Amino acid sequence: MALNTPAGGFFASRLDRMIGWARKYSIFQYPFVTACCGMEYMATACSHYDVDRFGAGMPRFSPRQADVLFVVGTISHKLAPTLKMIYDQMCEPKWVVAFGVCTCTGGFYDNYATVMGIDTIIPVDVYIPGCPPRPETVLDGLMKLQEKIQMGGGGQGSGNWAADN
Amino acid sequence: MSVTLRKLKENFGGALFDLGSAFGDDFAVVHKDRIVEVSQALRDDPDLRYNFLIDVTAVDYPQRRPRFEVVYHFFSLPLRHRVRLKAPVDGSDPEVPSLVPLWKGADWFEREVWDMFGIRFAGHPDLRRILMYDGFEGHPLRKDYPVNRRQPRVGPRN
Amino acid sequence: MNDELLETSTPVATNRMLLSFGPSHPAMHGTIKIDVELDGETVVDAKVEIGYLHRAFEKSCEQGNYMHSIPYTDRLNYVSPLICNFGYAQAVEKLMGIELTERCKYIRVILSELSRITDHLTCIGASAMELGAFSVFLYLIKAREYVYELIEDVTGARVTVSFVRIGGVKADFPQGFEEKTRAVLKKTRLVLDEVDRLLTKNRIFYDRMRDVGVCTRELAIQYGITGPFLRSCGVEYDVRKVTPYLVYDRLDFDVPLGERGDNYDRYLCRMREMEQSMRIIEQAFDRMPQGEINADFEERPIPAAEMRDLSKFGVTEGLVRRQVAAEPTLSGSERAFGNLVNIQNRKVILPPKDETYSNIEALMNHFKMVMTGHGLRPPRGEAYAAVEGANGELGFFVVSDGTDRPYRVRCRPPCFPTMAALPHLLIGYTVADIVPTFGSVNMIGGELDR
Repeated sequence: MALNTPAGGFFASRLDRMIGWARKYSIFQYPFVTACCGMEYMATACSHYDVDRFGAGMPRFSPRQADVLFVVGTISHKLAPTLKMIYDQMCEPKWVVAFGVCTCTGGFYDNYATVMGIDTIIPVDVYIPGCPPRPETVLDGLMKLQEKIQMGGGGQGSGNWAADN
Repeated sequence: MSVTLRKLKENFGGALFDLGSAFGDDFAVVHKDRIVEVSQALRDDPDLRYNFLIDVTAVDYPQRRPRFEVVYHFFSLPLRHRVRLKAPVDGSDPEVPSLVPLWKGADWFEREVWDMFGIRFAGHPDLRRILMYDGFEGHPLRKDYPVNRRQPRVGPRN
Repeated sequence: MNDELLETSTPVATNRMLLSFGPSHPAMHGTIKIDVELDGETVVDAKVEIGYLHRAFEKSCEQGNYMHSIPYTDRLNYVSPLICNFGYAQAVEKLMGIELTERCKYIRVILSELSRITDHLTCIGASAMELGAFSVFLYLIKAREYVYELIEDVTGARVTVSFVRIGGVKADFPQGFEEKTRAVLKKTRLVLDEVDRLLTKNRIFYDRMRDVGVCTRELAIQYGITGPFLRSCGVEYDVRKVTPYLVYDRLDFDVPLGERGDNYDRYLCRMREMEQSMRIIEQAFDRMPQGEINADFEERPIPAAEMRDLSKFGVTEGLVRRQVAAEPTLSGSERAFGNLVNIQNRKVILPPKDETYSNIEALMNHFKMVMTGHGLRPPRGEAYAAVEGANGELGFFVVSDGTDRPYRVRCRPPCFPTMAALPHLLIGYTVADIVPTFGSVNMIGGELDR
């Protein structure tokens, strides 16, 4: 239908981009901070690196009000159900950022207690490698996420992007 | 020989398997049934005054009989000395008396030893798992527990 | 009409309410769950559930050799990783009977104290933020960033540093580090002064911290609590003073004590401890034995990388102590530095990189050191060594069976006993007091759950 009416198709695609543009600069993040990466998360959020420049300066501590779930730090099997629950509580559209190598692959904690990558539990949109990632890498990951939001990727792990390390 | 070892030898000669000093640490190997008695003496003796229970842990030696060794570290703030007590425990039914009546701090340390090694503490008020979750089978720090045997609570996606 | 309402309304029934804090809660930096039972706003019972960050530190250490455990120790207390590094190395060194070189001891002292500063900055910043003082958090993280830059200069990493080696450290300080550190301490003092003016006499902060979460001396000792938490109750126990290690017995510093053992005292203790740490660092720089450095024929120091470039042009004659760096990124670990910092024992320490890359003996030595079944093999036995971590006594109990892999590594975490005692500090106070009390514990998940 849209293909038959070029004007309508044109309009629809512009609206998507408008919405994407608006969304990417109003990222309400839910920091699920568990471990070492939290130190770099703090550093990134504070004045030195200032994540507010990217419109992501407002952490929401309720998953129901957040768009982006930042999983910061190792997830153990004991904590995994909580993470899943929090992800399920978030409203659509939602995105997930795996912050640090423990959340990406499990890192060197290949043992009985830890989850080898949160993508075995929930879908992930952007992976930020590093143990912990430097703030610059975090910002790069954040920009990748913005790009993905702009492109209209509706989250749900549709295609995985990784920040350059 | 330090005052601690001398005192222990004098008062508890029968309860000790071994005693000495290695790598600068004093240690004594105590019969597990008398661990409470010995610890109390360490705490209350005016020449020893070990008022801190620093740590409780265990070591698993699958080849040895008895298999486990529960390790206690004590520290005396007034006299500034340390001692290590070790209590060998049999592997088939590991149980040691709890130190919770003497030090409240023993509570969590003993729970951790139960969780990690499966050694029970008789008289412990609330012996539950502390680091692992309910439903976890086995005791991960035992040498026969494979390092990467996982027991996930949320199944892998797809 | 109002009177009528008052007469007909029944008194509010004070049912007990169960409330779960965590595992993911804004005021919980770290994952932990506190189940509190409330009567109105008063906490009548509290249960603490831990283990959400259990990463099998002790089991992982048994898998590799003695060197392989070092990165895991970084991630114990990730706010002050260097202290954990040095604590572990100290236990292994005790087992092997290694006496460190003088300069290395000072390097370890300086870095431990820098780490302690970052830890206290983060602790105070986070707990102030949870009470609504967000600007304090920003200020303190700004100061922490200065210290991180210093740590990065030496170790190459900001957080997870893996800087220690058994028998030494990875590298010496880079050139100009002392001046840079002194400048940073100056800037940090200014920030602390600002924070002091913002918080210490702040009515809101004072009222929320004073006489809240009171811990008696007896309770603290019963639970085996150590560190700033114990000292705030007035017990003078600091591992650095009581059983000195490294060179702490030669340095002049005070142990700040509290009186009442409440949250406010703990805040003050931490603030004063940072000042003491800075004093230690300055003294250590003054007394540290100086080593050889690369110098040109006029005895002016020149960086290793530049030296290499000079030698490429054939400018080698007249150089006072000729050293050529193998790799600019390994600056600090060359022979000239390494010999002074690390002990001279080929069975313990890896040869300097410029030797490994240039002669066969050192290469073989390196190979023997890293090969499975060879390398570092402490004698059969066990040793316990304690250092003063940022939260208290951080002990490592290492059991060796004579092979190159540790038979058992036990970490005695300083905040574990404090968390065990937490219910006693919460019961009787209101639900809003949970946040400052929990903040003052400075719970670090990596260390608590390991």
